[in-house]
Amino acid sequence: MNDSSAAATADSFRDTMIRHLRLRWLILRTAVEERLVYRGDFAFATLVRFLPIVTQIFLWGAIFSGDSTRTLQSYRYADMVAYFLLVMVARAFSSMPGLASGIAESIRSGSVRKYLLQPVDMLDYLLWHRVAHKLVYYAVAVGPFTLVFWLCRSWLPGWPSADVMAAFIVSLLFGFAIGFLIESLIGLIAFWFLEVSSLIFIYMMLNFFLSGHMIPLEWIDGWIPWVHVLPLKYLAYFPAAVLLGKIPPDDLPRELAIQAVWIVILLAACRLAFHRGVRRYGAFGG
Amino acid sequence: MPVQGRTGLTTMRRMPIIDVQNLSRTYHVYRKREGLLASFRGLFHREYRAVHAVRDVSFRIEEGEMVAFLGPNGAGKTTTLKLLSGLIEPTSGSAVVMGHIPWKRENAYRRRFSLVTGQKEQLWWDLPAQESFRLHKEIYRIDDSDYRRRLDELTGLMEVQDLISQPVRELSLGERMRMELIAALLHRPDVLFLDEPTIGLDVVSQRRVQQFLRTYQAEQRITVILTSHYMKDIEALCDRAVVINRGRVIHDGPVSEIGDRFGRHKIVELHFADGLVPRDVEQFGLVLENRAPMVRLQIPRQDVSEALSRMLARYAVDDVSVSERPLEDVIAELFAAETPEVPHE
Repeated sequence: MNDSSAAATADSFRDTMIRHLRLRWLILRTAVEERLVYRGDFAFATLVRFLPIVTQIFLWGAIFSGDSTRTLQSYRYADMVAYFLLVMVARAFSSMPGLASGIAESIRSGSVRKYLLQPVDMLDYLLWHRVAHKLVYYAVAVGPFTLVFWLCRSWLPGWPSADVMAAFIVSLLFGFAIGFLIESLIGLIAFWFLEVSSLIFIYMMLNFFLSGHMIPLEWIDGWIPWVHVLPLKYLAYFPAAVLLGKIPPDDLPRELAIQAVWIVILLAACRLAFHRGVRRYGAFGG
Repeated sequence: MPVQGRTGLTTMRRMPIIDVQNLSRTYHVYRKREGLLASFRGLFHREYRAVHAVRDVSFRIEEGEMVAFLGPNGAGKTTTLKLLSGLIEPTSGSAVVMGHIPWKRENAYRRRFSLVTGQKEQLWWDLPAQESFRLHKEIYRIDDSDYRRRLDELTGLMEVQDLISQPVRELSLGERMRMELIAALLHRPDVLFLDEPTIGLDVVSQRRVQQFLRTYQAEQRITVILTSHYMKDIEALCDRAVVINRGRVIHDGPVSEIGDRFGRHKIVELHFADGLVPRDVEQFGLVLENRAPMVRLQIPRQDVSEALSRMLARYAVDDVSVSERPLEDVIAELFAAETPEVPHE
């Protein structure tokens, strides 16, 4: 390859990248605009999501009977409060309200055809749509989050080291990807079953128990040892455990690598489900 | 003589832009028997039956043609359009559109066609249409200047310049349809599939969409396949019609030939010289209109010559004309005679 053709290839590659970025930026921007339309409902829903943490704090206060020295499975009351606050942060990244049911509905109603007719990738499109939802959510929730953390500051551990903080942030972003891909996969199953609400219910239930949303996983891994093999733990437990120092620093790279492997596996499963599903698709509905 | 097409192909002989050969699509549909007990049985054992939505359909369309697909509900029109736009895969047969196999869904193909259905789903419901248009610009990689020019042109033709900044959900059905058409045409597709584009629209909106399509197609020379139940759409826009029934092509030719081929009756209009309509005129055919001195009769096609010669010999007639029945009536009669086995689209 001579210099001029190499330069042309580099230019073309750069142009393609710029086009890709512009498209994603526009999807993101349009989705943010859409999200801001129903501002009343959105603000209310965002604030209401803080109520469970208040309940949790009181519930665990009652369980520990106000005894700050008492320990349950290596967790003191302060650890429990800190754990649930961090789980709340993790779930702010990994929970995907309406994603699976939305995909299933679009398959059932036929509106999924938009992704088949236009030169776009459905998962890519939905990903940026979801990123927009999350960004708007964080923008609104940052105030209440800060307030809750400030009010609970006495129960929180000190600032972590830079390495642990970096691992925490990466685990949150990977948790977002895992949550997105699992829900997308469940939604795509609608290509076969059309109705997946029972599947979503089962997933929510398993997620609640096996992600560490209900209780720390150390409390159940005695009788469910395989809980650490599942990707669900990265949705809630893992980021919290990283920041609370429950994961030895030497294990962090390995754990993050496993999380990345899960992303690759789930992405491949979603691609396969979409590819196979579209072949089955009857495009009913007009 | 070389022919330069819109797609940039220069050929000695015109190549079809759409080439469909023996295309078939069969669905397997769950057959539920009536009643609660049957519902429980269906949990363990389900009966399926094959529905042949499209059977052995073949046709070719040249670049720049505007072709109507006619047929009753469940005839296979929409399924054919779904196959050509790559939404579904065929059970057998082949289709090549602009050199692409549609169901491979290559981006290079998807950038060159549009499908507009009555479902109207390209636009973001809660946002003004201009936001969706801007997203289309990026999805279809339209240059800034082209985008601006085409948007101005299309919104001007559609008379919706003032509406593109209004949330889509606040637009009327006709306005939304026009926005959908703009979204579908912004990237200047070479092939446009229109599935019932005027369904549910009032007469004014129907006419506006018709007018727009006629002007746009004449200017841009794009290839259009149009399905519609409104024969006025078809007569106003298309020269050629492919009539499909029970998944099969039963006519492929000029729209004007449909009456000749399938119309079992003709309309004969007579103006009588003495200003009165004779009472016994009804012996020659069915009286559709009796407004002295004029009468309109519906006469079986094969009897027209004989009836005319007898009437002209018997009555003093000032003026006579023979015409085909309205296309709508011919099509309705044709499809009523050949009702589909299973409505399915």
